[in-house]
Amino acid sequence: MGSYGVPIYYLLTHILKNDIVKPREISSYTLELGSKYSPDFVCTPFKYTLGTMLESLEEGADFLIQLGGGCRYGYYHELQEQILKDLGYQFTMVNLISGGNRISIKKLLKEYPLEIRKKNLVRYLLITKKMVIYMDKIDAYIRKNRCYEKEIGAFNKLRDEMLTEFSNCKSYMHLRRVYRKYLKKMKNIPRRDVNKKIKVGIIGELYTLMEPKANEEIEQLLNERGIELKRYTNVTYLLFQKRKSVKKYLKNFFIKYRMGADALDNIHHTKELCEKGYDGIIHMKSSFCTPEIGAMPIIESVAQEYNVPVLFFSMDTHTSETGFLTRIEAFCDMLEMRKS
Amino acid sequence: MRDCYLGIDIGSISTKAAIIDADYRILSSCYIETNGNPIEAVKKAIKMVSIPENYVLRGIGTTGSARKLIGLLLNANIVKNEITAHAIGTLTFHPEVKTILEIGGQDSKVILIRNGMISDYAMNTLCAAGTGAFLSSQAKRLGIDVKEFGNIALESDNPVNIAARCTVFAESDLVHKAQVGYPKKDIVAGLCKSVVLNYLNNVCKGKRIEGPIIFQGGVSKNKGVVKYFEEELKQKILVDENGHLMGAIGVAILSSKAENKEYYDLNIENISFKTIGNECKGCTNRCELLRIYRNEELLDTWGSKCGKY
Repeated sequence: MGSYGVPIYYLLTHILKNDIVKPREISSYTLELGSKYSPDFVCTPFKYTLGTMLESLEEGADFLIQLGGGCRYGYYHELQEQILKDLGYQFTMVNLISGGNRISIKKLLKEYPLEIRKKNLVRYLLITKKMVIYMDKIDAYIRKNRCYEKEIGAFNKLRDEMLTEFSNCKSYMHLRRVYRKYLKKMKNIPRRDVNKKIKVGIIGELYTLMEPKANEEIEQLLNERGIELKRYTNVTYLLFQKRKSVKKYLKNFFIKYRMGADALDNIHHTKELCEKGYDGIIHMKSSFCTPEIGAMPIIESVAQEYNVPVLFFSMDTHTSETGFLTRIEAFCDMLEMRKS
Repeated sequence: MRDCYLGIDIGSISTKAAIIDADYRILSSCYIETNGNPIEAVKKAIKMVSIPENYVLRGIGTTGSARKLIGLLLNANIVKNEITAHAIGTLTFHPEVKTILEIGGQDSKVILIRNGMISDYAMNTLCAAGTGAFLSSQAKRLGIDVKEFGNIALESDNPVNIAARCTVFAESDLVHKAQVGYPKKDIVAGLCKSVVLNYLNNVCKGKRIEGPIIFQGGVSKNKGVVKYFEEELKQKILVDENGHLMGAIGVAILSSKAENKEYYDLNIENISFKTIGNECKGCTNRCELLRIYRNEELLDTWGSKCGKY
């Protein structure tokens, strides 16, 4: 999912003695493969992950890890396991977060064929956690600033370099040095002068938001049109901040119960974006994502209160790129006109 | 010599062209069928519109689903999406409207206008039920000329209910209603009504529709649909006689406002345009590449995700 493969691969190669198969980058072929063996009406993350699993199994993987979530995604691993077993593959599979609870490391080691390097285990866990946090910070910075770069592609180039250096980090301090070096480099990238800034918030279902292939690289697209972006959803938020935030939202917000997955968060973020003076909101989800379908009408009416336009996208294997681009283009034109 | 501007709206079903002067008056216009061949349709359309004497063409704008291709071929100075083009065109002639309903051949959209600019819009996302293409295919099935469709619908007092959630199911429901003996005019009226309900329930969901409302696109010529819109929204619906041209006019206006104006001539009849599509086998993305040639000279290649072409 996005570039999170870098920290995950880093972690697994450092704490496990087993061989790790690095999955191929997601391509149209991955989706094609995934859709071929998926039920048609299942949401797209299922298809992407199943495609990646098939590709990895072909490369010789025999142990698969799935991370279930707070919606029906939590049940996906069982279905995927069954589909893959029916296709004749030999493997074991584990879901690290099943039914909303994390699986204990003890159980993991006892029941599955994992050989762990006990030395430095905690250290690498902490480095990986920090790596994810740094990555998310840099990405948030890029989203906000890439739209003003003078030389197109300057930010992306630095980001790629940074990720390569991240994966070679030896220690916590080393990681921090790399992070600071690149943050400084990015701050020094020459910017264009812009009279009026347009700011857009992106909210929605997590997989579609975080995997650029699943959202037609919307962030790059909008940045190229000179639009500043803000996105709350990232791994840092989901793993380390969400639990606390949700408690806060439930206490101080007009919705008093959870709606599954990130629906409540997205409604709250809509309100926050409107209050902070963002010019528009784009909501993205994969088709058939039930929690987000429940949230959409509420998001729409919250945004209407503040007179902020919302654009909804439902990404699917059948989404036509042309239609997508037309809507994005019109949305950008509209924001520019509203601003002038 | 005075300046004039050409706007071309190449839609899925029809191609519209309009020439306007600097005061946004329509000098010449035409409306023809695209028939799945936008290049030929544009050649034909350009032959039909004429630049009056004493005028010189200073800008070309393209919009509609083939806007990018035709924009490249004609070297247009502006290429704009149809939502913006429609809103600009409509606002020039009807500055007071607050809602634009538009039903075209393949898509339908609603554009909300507040304080003279677009404030929100929505477009149909998943299904073509309730668009012009659906109506014209059903007209063919019933053996009626699509131009007569509206008049026949007006004769009926008792429109039948048609399950129009989805084009395919609507069609089977329609066949069923015809087979059990409902009169044709009631079925036609039912179809018009189902288009309206579908549009209001899907496209306009959650949007505040405020008057004055204007209705555009090819389907706005259908009086039956207009009648049911008025019934459902309980207010008068404006229909401009040039409603079908609004996209073309809008993009012509945008072309007149663009900075990169040139002198154009419209002699493209003898130039051959060719497009060749193939699949790139460079990686697993398998991009569909489209190469566009003008007189055997490669103009551009589209569709590459990695930037190789």
